[in-house]
Amino acid sequence: MSSRFDASEASGLHDGGRPVLECRGLRKSFGSLVAVNGISFHISEGETYGLLGPNGAGKTTTISMVCGLLEQDEGEVLLDGTRFTPGSVKARAGLGLVPQELAVYPDLTARENLRFFARLYGLRGEDARRRIDEVLLLIGLTERADEVSKKYSGGMKRRLNVGIALLHRPRLLVLDEPTAGVDPQSRNAILEGVERLADEGVGILYTTHYMEEAERVCDRVGIVDAGEIKAEGTHRELVDIVGEFDQIQLTATGDLAAAVRALGEIGAVREASVRDGGIDLITVHAPDVLPDVFAKAAAANVLVRRVEVKEPNLEAVFLHLTGKALRD
Amino acid sequence: MRAALLIAWKDLRQRARDRSAPVMMLVPFVLAFIFSQIMGGIGSTGLRFALVDEDGGPVARVFVEEALAPIVDSGAVELTVAGSLREGRDLAESGDVSATFVIPPGFSDEVMSGREAWIDVVGNAGSPISTMAASSIAASFAGEVTTSQASMAAAASLGSLDPGRAAGMIERSSGMPDPISIVDVSATQKSLDQNTFFASGMAVFFLFFTVQAGTLGILSERREGTLSRLLAAPIPRWSILGGQLLSSFALGTFSVVVMIVSTSLLMGAEWGSPVGVGLLVTAGVMAATAMMYLIATFARTMEQAQNMQSAAALVLGMVGGALIPIAQAGGLIERVSLLTPHAWFLSGLSGLQGGGGAADILPDAAAILAFAAVAGVGIILRQGSLTRLARP
Repeated sequence: MSSRFDASEASGLHDGGRPVLECRGLRKSFGSLVAVNGISFHISEGETYGLLGPNGAGKTTTISMVCGLLEQDEGEVLLDGTRFTPGSVKARAGLGLVPQELAVYPDLTARENLRFFARLYGLRGEDARRRIDEVLLLIGLTERADEVSKKYSGGMKRRLNVGIALLHRPRLLVLDEPTAGVDPQSRNAILEGVERLADEGVGILYTTHYMEEAERVCDRVGIVDAGEIKAEGTHRELVDIVGEFDQIQLTATGDLAAAVRALGEIGAVREASVRDGGIDLITVHAPDVLPDVFAKAAAANVLVRRVEVKEPNLEAVFLHLTGKALRD
Repeated sequence: MRAALLIAWKDLRQRARDRSAPVMMLVPFVLAFIFSQIMGGIGSTGLRFALVDEDGGPVARVFVEEALAPIVDSGAVELTVAGSLREGRDLAESGDVSATFVIPPGFSDEVMSGREAWIDVVGNAGSPISTMAASSIAASFAGEVTTSQASMAAAASLGSLDPGRAAGMIERSSGMPDPISIVDVSATQKSLDQNTFFASGMAVFFLFFTVQAGTLGILSERREGTLSRLLAAPIPRWSILGGQLLSSFALGTFSVVVMIVSTSLLMGAEWGSPVGVGLLVTAGVMAATAMMYLIATFARTMEQAQNMQSAAALVLGMVGGALIPIAQAGGLIERVSLLTPHAWFLSGLSGLQGGGGAADILPDAAAILAFAAVAGVGIILRQGSLTRLARP
């Protein structure tokens, strides 16, 4: 699978900003499983870089190496131009991590959680108190700061989870699927917070399998699958990979796998895949193809209930690059 | 070090909010109290027996003066003399005494004439152990009497034997070992009194459970998701481990101190020299913490670790004699018990209770610290498990 924006061809730094993070040829295996296979990317000051891929693509393993939780088998991580390893204790002060799972102490209050991590990061006295109050305000938990966090709603816990990583004003903020299982209101608050931090010059590494989030907050996106970055670039650059192709989404019932095989025989169809309750197609000029699509579907005894034609988006790019849907 | 202290303080704060913590602190005291009552039915005052002497003869006098008096004088037995068989039975049935010795009329004559004679023991149904002790005293005396009867029979076959000489033979033969060996406890003899045994046994037995909470810290951090956050913080990795060990140590020490104070005040347990006790407790808590932590490094989940630790704590406690004084059985069992820190802890305390000082129990403390050291090396060798646990 080739692309015009292969990671190895990435050139230059984002808007000329200083690189906060550079990953070069990261590789990590667990036994015979190669989780990350030669991933390279960089993030500049104020830039939000997204790793977009399905579960198991290698995003969390990459983040674990970036944060020094795991040592890579090959490659290197540079934080602010300095080589970073699991033993680089001081360098971690410039890094904030929002883990995928909730990482708060349920028996401590929000304020106690924040105070504990503030002290671990070297904040003390009045500076720590002021910063804790600022973060509580930022994450909207001032009113309930002194309640034990196990009494919070899922969204409140998620906000606290993010807030802890902001305490020490990191230069690089790493968010691993920070909105997983979050209500729309809290999700919006988190995304707004990410945008605000980027405006303040924080470099942000953001992993998600939600295409909409990646499109909204990320300046550049790396599309990850099977431990490799298949392509990277801005939203526009990635969509251009698909070019003039359209995406057709069929909502259908019947033998979808048989239908996909039949639809793949249509010359204009570039990609066809089954998704939950339907079929996704990448085609040249959708209106011309639709009659053949209906005919093939009917021949395969598939009942089409709804048809949606979309402009190419990151999901279409992912489908185009990997031959499978993002949520497979 | 600052990070380790912070982590320890955070752990203790969380533990303090755990509602089960006070209960866990109370359980060893309650069990020690219950066991001491069950095993003796009495407190530190010793066994309480009554005596009904309906014979009043020379052999009965020998039983009272040679068999009972020494153990009454030692303070281990309180003896009440009842005026009648009815009174003696009432005392036992009401529980005022655990058992009553009844010497029937004609006992001395029967003995001296070489016929069968016996001492009745009327026991309280609620004090089986004490009744067994009374029966043992009577049986032991009876054994000596049988020996004397054989001697007298031999003497009689050679010539006449007057009653005064016969009683004298029994009295001399009664220079026997006491039916129940109650002697002053010294540092070299090493045996704990009942209340102190149960207090110290329960303290060291539950210590291994108490430190579990702290030694599960890494797995708990992993379950809460906070381990990755700690590993990403600008602190050395050893400080995470150090913080967890510190909190375990503090918890364990607190639990044993609570046990020492409560059993001293409420059960009359005598722990001995405070410096020596402090030394043993410090060594014991270090060993318990290190051993339980080492076991936890072999587990992947909290549940696995809890099961493995509980099994180990139970076996070590049993083999180490924390629940029953298994080490006093001697032989192989005693040698096996020395493979546990519990046995050394109890041995050290026995020495202290016998009047020994801190210097006398240094070998015991050193042995306990050896357990801590070996487990500590194991933890260091397995510290890579931290990284393993951080794996996505």
